[in-house]
This record gives sequence, structure tokens and C-alpha cells, in this order.
Amino acid sequence: MDFLMKPWPWYVAGPCIGITVPLLIWVGNKRLGISSSFRQICAACLPANIPLFKFDWKKESWNLYFAVGLIGGGFLGGVVFRNPEPVQISAKTVAYLESKSVPLEPGLLPPSLFNVHQLASVKGWLLLVLGGLLVGFGTRYARGCTSGHGILGLSALQWPSLLATACFFAGGILFSAFVLPWILAL
Amino acid sequence: MKKFMFVVIGAFFGLALTKGEAVSWYRMQEMFRFEGFHMFGIFMTAIPTGALGILLLKKANVKTLEGERVESPVKVYHHGIIIGSFIFGFGWALTGACPGPLYVQVGAGYWASGIVLLAALAGTWLYGRFQKYLPD
Repeated sequence: MDFLMKPWPWYVAGPCIGITVPLLIWVGNKRLGISSSFRQICAACLPANIPLFKFDWKKESWNLYFAVGLIGGGFLGGVVFRNPEPVQISAKTVAYLESKSVPLEPGLLPPSLFNVHQLASVKGWLLLVLGGLLVGFGTRYARGCTSGHGILGLSALQWPSLLATACFFAGGILFSAFVLPWILAL
Repeated sequence: MKKFMFVVIGAFFGLALTKGEAVSWYRMQEMFRFEGFHMFGIFMTAIPTGALGILLLKKANVKTLEGERVESPVKVYHHGIIIGSFIFGFGWALTGACPGPLYVQVGAGYWASGIVLLAALAGTWLYGRFQKYLPD
């Protein structure tokens, strides 16, 4: 029980995440990937005669069941077995975030930035809406995200996935270094 | 029955992401600023585990539950790999979440992540809408 309440070290969480790749292949020849479910939902809800969304989405609906599982996993890990302590990030990061008036608090996201009321501010629109738009747009353009390219693609030794992973890390590192401090200061 | 198995595997994956703090905004800040090893440790153990799993399935000639041959995943290069990945990287830094963690955060009760998830769906739709004008 204690194991479920406490956060898992990287050497436990990493292999658990990785084992999902062969597990999905073994169960149904499925390739781990999550951004594809966004395409699925678009095809189901608002295809609007767009070629990208004109396909038999019901046939590949396994990723919607997988997404439902993810929501359940989040409920288990974030509510039922919730870690009451703040995440143990490095003191340097804590100091940096404090300098941007983002104190370290328990939970997955800083409540001061990620709450629905933020939609009344420019900062909130940038973090929640623009951020989400870029995630959805970019992952579809790249045909994969951290799971599809970063975990599955690299596990299958696919060089385009290595390139994709390098590019989204580069994008994240550059943005965090040069743009995000400015947005957090808004 | 098989659908139920995908839900269970998804729940396991989501639990591992949550307990491994890979869905934590704070961890992403630490990772992008190279101030901690945790997230890199997760990638560096997850990928070899996945690779070993695929290798064993192939070597042992394991059939899938439905008796199919195991197909190796193939990813093809196109320019969107570079352009799209950079765009995604910017969004990842902004939200601290990739697509998987968005579902997980919603399950953990973060309503704000629901807004990000809706925006991500809109982003995917916009890509589909303007795909024909963009370099492939």
C-alpha cells in the first residue's frame, strides 16, 4: 500500500512504461501512440469532409479504449493513491520557479497557473489554449508524440522517430529557456 | 473482451505515468532545464524495455493473442517530423504535457487539463483543415 501512495523512482516507472510497447503488440498488434486518438475523435465528431478525418475510425477505436484507461489510471494515481507531498524536484528548479512566483505545491500542476479562472487572463490563454493547440497541431503534423515516436518508435529503432524526439526536445528546451520565463512573468 | 484489455493496459500505463511523475508540470520544467535526472532516467529505462520486448516477441516467434504474426512498427520520414515536432515541443513546454498526460491529468481531476485537451483536439482539427497548404 505504501508503494502505491509514494511516487515511483524512475527505475520502476520507466520499465513499467516501456513494457506497454510489447504488451500492446502481443494483445492486438497495436502500436503504442496517443496523439492518434485526437485524430480519431476529430473523425468521429467533426470530420467536415477533411481528408485526414475521412477514415473508418471505428475500426481503429482501440486507442479510444486505451485513452479511457489513461483517464482511469490518472484517477487511480492522482486521486485514489494520491501523493500528499509535493514532487521532489531539484532545489535549483524550485528556486527558479519561485523567482517566477510559481511556488512548489502538492499535486501534478501548479494550481496558480492551471485553473479554469486563468481563462480570464492572457497568461492563461497562452498556457492552456495556445499550448494545447500547439500540442494537437504539432503531434499530428509529426504523426506522433512522445509515446508514438519517443517510446514506441525508439524501441523499434526507427531513425525518423529519433529525429522527431530530438526535435520536440529541442523545441521544448529552447522554448523553456527563452520564451516561457517571459510568459510566466506576465 | 479485447477492448477491456486495452482499457486495462491504458490504466496501467496511466498509473505508471502518474506515479512516475511523468505527468507533472514541475518535472517537465526540471527536465527542460537539465536540473534533474528523473525524467531522463524514465526515458532511458522505458526505451530499452520496449526494445527488448519487441526483440523477444520477434525472436521467440510469439503470435499475438489472435494468432497473428507480430508486425514491427515502422516510422517513415517526412518533413513534418521536423516541423511538427518543433511545434509540439513548444506546446509541450507551455502546457508541461504531451497527449498521454493530458488524459491522465483529466482523470486525476484537473479541469484545466480538460481545456488543454479540448484545445489539442482543436489543434489536430486545424492541422487536418490546413494540411493541404503545408509542406508534407
